[in-house]
Amino acid sequence: MISLTDVSKTYPGGVTALASVSLEIRHGELVAIVGPSGSGKSTMLNTIGTLDRPTSGTVRIDGHDVSTLSDNQLSALRGTRIGFVFQHFHLAARVAALDNVADGLLYSGLPLAERRRRARAALDRVGLGHRIDHEPHELSGGERQRVAIARAVAGDPPLLLADEPTGALDSVSGAGVMELLHDLHAAGTTIVIITHDREIAGGLPRQVRMRDGRIVADSAALTGATR
Amino acid sequence: MTAPLTVARMRPRDVMRVGAVGLRTRPLRAFLSALGIAIGIAAMIGVVGISSSSGAELDRQLSALGTNLLTVSSGQTIMGEQAKMPVDAEAMIERIGPVQAVSAMGEIPEAKVYRSEQIPAAQTGGLAAYAARLDLPQVLGATLRSGTWLNAATHTYPAVVLGATAAQRLGITAAGPDAQVVIGGERFTVVGILHPLALAADLDTGALVGWPAAERILDYDGHPTTLYTRVDENRMEAVRSVLAGTANPEASNEIDISRPSDALAAKQATEQAFTGLLLGVGAVALIVGGVGVANTMVISVLERRSEIGLRRSLGATRGQIRTQFLAESLLLSAMGGVGGVCIGAVVTVGYATYEGWPSVIPAEATAGGLAATLVIGAVAGLYPAIRASRLSPTEALAAP
Repeated sequence: MISLTDVSKTYPGGVTALASVSLEIRHGELVAIVGPSGSGKSTMLNTIGTLDRPTSGTVRIDGHDVSTLSDNQLSALRGTRIGFVFQHFHLAARVAALDNVADGLLYSGLPLAERRRRARAALDRVGLGHRIDHEPHELSGGERQRVAIARAVAGDPPLLLADEPTGALDSVSGAGVMELLHDLHAAGTTIVIITHDREIAGGLPRQVRMRDGRIVADSAALTGATR
Repeated sequence: MTAPLTVARMRPRDVMRVGAVGLRTRPLRAFLSALGIAIGIAAMIGVVGISSSSGAELDRQLSALGTNLLTVSSGQTIMGEQAKMPVDAEAMIERIGPVQAVSAMGEIPEAKVYRSEQIPAAQTGGLAAYAARLDLPQVLGATLRSGTWLNAATHTYPAVVLGATAAQRLGITAAGPDAQVVIGGERFTVVGILHPLALAADLDTGALVGWPAAERILDYDGHPTTLYTRVDENRMEAVRSVLAGTANPEASNEIDISRPSDALAAKQATEQAFTGLLLGVGAVALIVGGVGVANTMVISVLERRSEIGLRRSLGATRGQIRTQFLAESLLLSAMGGVGGVCIGAVVTVGYATYEGWPSVIPAEATAGGLAATLVIGAVAGLYPAIRASRLSPTEALAAP
């Protein structure tokens, strides 16, 4: 699903965010990327999500070598293969949950009625079928993150990238969101979660620890337990 | 194993919906920047509309009055004195073939017009007494506001018909046996009041008495000062060239010929030049409105960086982001344009109705105005849209 080979990312000004990182994530895995802030885990997520291109090395997502794709092809890759969940939800204010989720399918070429139908199904899936007409400010933090997750999975992407999905939530809501991500994983979606919370990371089948732009530990490599 | 990566095209409806997002979430700002455009367009539509309406009124007036009226008036002698037209000038002109009708009036310089004998002699009120032929209203197309025109009986007696302005200055509102004015020291009964005459404005300040009455009571010498002729429309120039010689064969240089409808048209042309100036002012307002839209769009792009980043992560291409902001700018200025056309139309109809003109809002001006707003919207939105599309997704997402 995801294959990074000797990936480096250096920002202008000489800051090295990723230093020759190699990582394989297979279909159907649920992986935590853990590390303190500044360890390069966000850059890693951006690179995997094709929002950013590496300075050197090869990134392959779902079989596509990212460096060979045009900007339009990358957009299509993101639109059809990858769902994003952000720490701060990024929901449109004063727009009903249903339309926030349907917006996730805006660039898929589907007609509005079909987008709304799928959005309703996605909201049902995250347990918010009764909240479709609520606007973000009428929802709790946990519910907002569920709406954001529904938007990310409305197009059934095989890969879901979550950047600190519980970072802005209290522990009860956070646990609910994690439970939902586990359910999605159980249904077959490959999920990568970035977090600095070791407790959350500990609850996931595989953990990749990062520090200073390098992978310092990978539970899969240690135990060889992944398929 | 990999499916080809193709970008789906957005439907036009979706482009509109996504372009309206910014307008829906910040309605006041959208309203204000659309208002800038609206004021510019309204100014232009109003100027063009009012000038067209006044032109339509002139056309209506001219077609009602006729453009085939030529006036023959006595000018000055080469010595600078007031010239006298021969008494038989009227009969001579009548014999010119293409002349359809001719009528005459003669100023009676010695006779002044007063409301009563008590008014001091110096207060003439700028009014003049004229001797008028019975067929004068037919030739001039004059109509009466009150009472009747002189007839074969009254034109030998001290009866007078007042011009519109004269009646107003004398304070006479209706004709009747009680309404009397003093002309040349004699009391005359007002038998009629005229509507204003567009083609013979000097009669508006006149008191018109019958030809025989003028000669008998006011010592009028019988020399006409102005002849009004209706001429075959197609032979105007030919007739015009012989009128002076026919009216006064001995001194044709003492005769002035004019076509009153030309004067009205010339006045109109002056107003057109002024219209051009106002149109320029409207165009400046429109450009200022365009700058307002550009400003709004730049701010909108800055504020919505995280939305742009999100859309990129959802699969939007650079082109689709560009289209979104361009659509927003176009919608904004189109709203302003439509609003401006409506305001301009209301102003035009209101002003034309107030003036009693037919309302004319030229379709070309409306279409041109709307086209101009779209061009302005496109130009104003282009730079912000390109900036939005060039934002890197990670940078945009990192924005608060």
